[in-house]
Amino acid sequence: MTRFIIRRLLVTIPVLFGLVFLVFALSRIVPGDPCRAVLGERATDAVCDDFIRRYGLDQPIPVQFGLYLGQLSRGDLGESIKHSRPVTELLIERLPTTVELTVWALLFAIVVGIPLGILSAIRRNSPVDVGAMVVANLGVSMPVFVLGLFLQFIFALLLKNTPLSLPASGRLSAGVEVMPLVQVWGLTGLTGIPRGILDFVSGIYTFSALITGQWAALLDAARHLILPAIALGTIPLAIIARITRSSLLEVLGQDYVRTARAKGLKERSVVIRHATRNALLPVVTVIGLQLGALFAGAVLTESTFNLAGVGRTLFEAITGRDYVVIQGFILIVAVAYVVVNLIVDVSYGFLDPRIRLR
Amino acid sequence: MTATSEPLGPGAGLPAGTPGVSAPALPADTLARTRPASLWRDTIANILRQRSADLGLLILGLLILVALFAPIIAPFDPNKPLLGVEQGLIKRAPPCVHLLGCPAAKPEHIFGVDGNFRDVFSRVVWGARTSLSIGFAAIGFAIVVGSIIGGLAGYLGGWIDNILMRLMDVILAFPSLLLAIAIVTAAGQSLTNALLAIGIVSVPIYARVMRSSVLSVRESDFVTASRALGESGFGIMTRRILPNSLTPLVVQGTLGIGGAVLEIAALSFVGVTGDLSRPEWGSMISIESQQLFNAPHVILAPGLAITLTVLGFNLLGDGLRDALDPRLNR
Repeated sequence: MTRFIIRRLLVTIPVLFGLVFLVFALSRIVPGDPCRAVLGERATDAVCDDFIRRYGLDQPIPVQFGLYLGQLSRGDLGESIKHSRPVTELLIERLPTTVELTVWALLFAIVVGIPLGILSAIRRNSPVDVGAMVVANLGVSMPVFVLGLFLQFIFALLLKNTPLSLPASGRLSAGVEVMPLVQVWGLTGLTGIPRGILDFVSGIYTFSALITGQWAALLDAARHLILPAIALGTIPLAIIARITRSSLLEVLGQDYVRTARAKGLKERSVVIRHATRNALLPVVTVIGLQLGALFAGAVLTESTFNLAGVGRTLFEAITGRDYVVIQGFILIVAVAYVVVNLIVDVSYGFLDPRIRLR
Repeated sequence: MTATSEPLGPGAGLPAGTPGVSAPALPADTLARTRPASLWRDTIANILRQRSADLGLLILGLLILVALFAPIIAPFDPNKPLLGVEQGLIKRAPPCVHLLGCPAAKPEHIFGVDGNFRDVFSRVVWGARTSLSIGFAAIGFAIVVGSIIGGLAGYLGGWIDNILMRLMDVILAFPSLLLAIAIVTAAGQSLTNALLAIGIVSVPIYARVMRSSVLSVRESDFVTASRALGESGFGIMTRRILPNSLTPLVVQGTLGIGGAVLEIAALSFVGVTGDLSRPEWGSMISIESQQLFNAPHVILAPGLAITLTVLGFNLLGDGLRDALDPRLNR
């Protein structure tokens, strides 16, 4: 097992290196004058000379890449041109929104998708199955932002003034606030990395409000999350339901399931204890694969629901041509994606002993 | 591909999906009159037997007709505002369909009018052209480049294989939409660059598919035989290996076009495809996304168009996979 993990780690290193290089290369192939692309057409020569020296753009490309690597190794992602703030600071502020949204969307997809797939498989070709698969097909075909707008239309406009009405944008209602952890725990003097971590966790409103018992804020944050989480979670839900169905159908046809039935076990126990457990491995694979799509979908969901997360920041950086922010954010998301996939890969090793031998 | 690899027994002419049909001992003359199994006829019959493929073909057939005949179907110019042309026209006027009780005196706008006084239906119709052609072009590009890369990697092996496939891993390490956004912002915001970006991020999928089919047939006897007969490496690639990789490429490609249509809409929605005033579904939603509460029709119409198109490709792709993948013929 240890050898398996080490081998997977070693394979990841060149991929991470390639990732960094690709992000670096993308920022250097910007056509035309990089200074005027960033600072605008009217920047004077003197300002531009200064800009080029400050960002090391007068050095040869390999030296620039070396400088960039050195910068990264110190945990420095550069400084945003528009905000004049370090990119890491922006990340601590904006990433929690995205993490929270992604986690809730994935939970929604798993909690609804797996039972739906199981139900479809055991009631194969029944109206329930056909209905579920029609919904699943529609779910994977609808863009996140279209579904998001539809949901807003239904729950914020048509159902307005009913108990089912849900907020269409933002993270909290006006006047509601989640007190940051450093304030609740009286640690305002804290600085550096521990402070960064605490601030990051504080940004995940539903989690920080839960552990500090801010119930009213928790309820409000949760209500704001329902529509975006459904919009973002529907595509993975559809995929998870389909995979669960086909995987369970395959397992239900195997001999040991027949043996279990022949022993006189209750159907419920055959399906849940014997079949579903073995059918879930491909589902785990798919859940891992969905994370990348979820990160990308979060970009669209955030701009649809007006949430100031990574996606919105990226969106603003694109319109404002803030290359340092684009580079830093995309790098972080891609690294997160690679790490998550590594974890998923290693977890198969635990779930399925056959994989370790390969 | 599947039909030829099966032994042509007496039951070969029967549909593959009929289980338990044991071939009765037929007299010799009956056998002679049975039409011989043909690869293409079997394949098409197999595809048409899939209900999802039929539905997908129907949807896509209609969409392709709409795209081809857009100038005839669309009642108005998709780009020209109707302000001043049409009397009493209201900005973002809701749909007016004569059959549904809209007074016949008013001009018909079945999907309503948008924020620039343009007929939404005409724009949706013209949008089919944009979306379908970009989808086909982007995935066509990805299939060609991907097959070359995957073919070289699989056929040559060794360090070339290693370098090419690690490069593909790096591209796959990014969420594809984010990488596409990054490429478009670096290369310049335009629809052409968006098309290329979607093509580039899709390349690794086809490279992987191609490489695995090359690996699976490279050592087979018929390839060894061609090599012994003195066929060149290029000939073996194009005449022996490529035909064997077509099935997975076509299945993956069909699903891929659906994905590309979603991605191009997303890139337009984010606003990196340049001019947002052209009749393109994602741009139409992007421009009017703030108008959801007072004029939902300007968003619903293009939104449903995207969904229908992607649904068509997904259904067809699923049907093709079920019909063509021999492993699924249980």
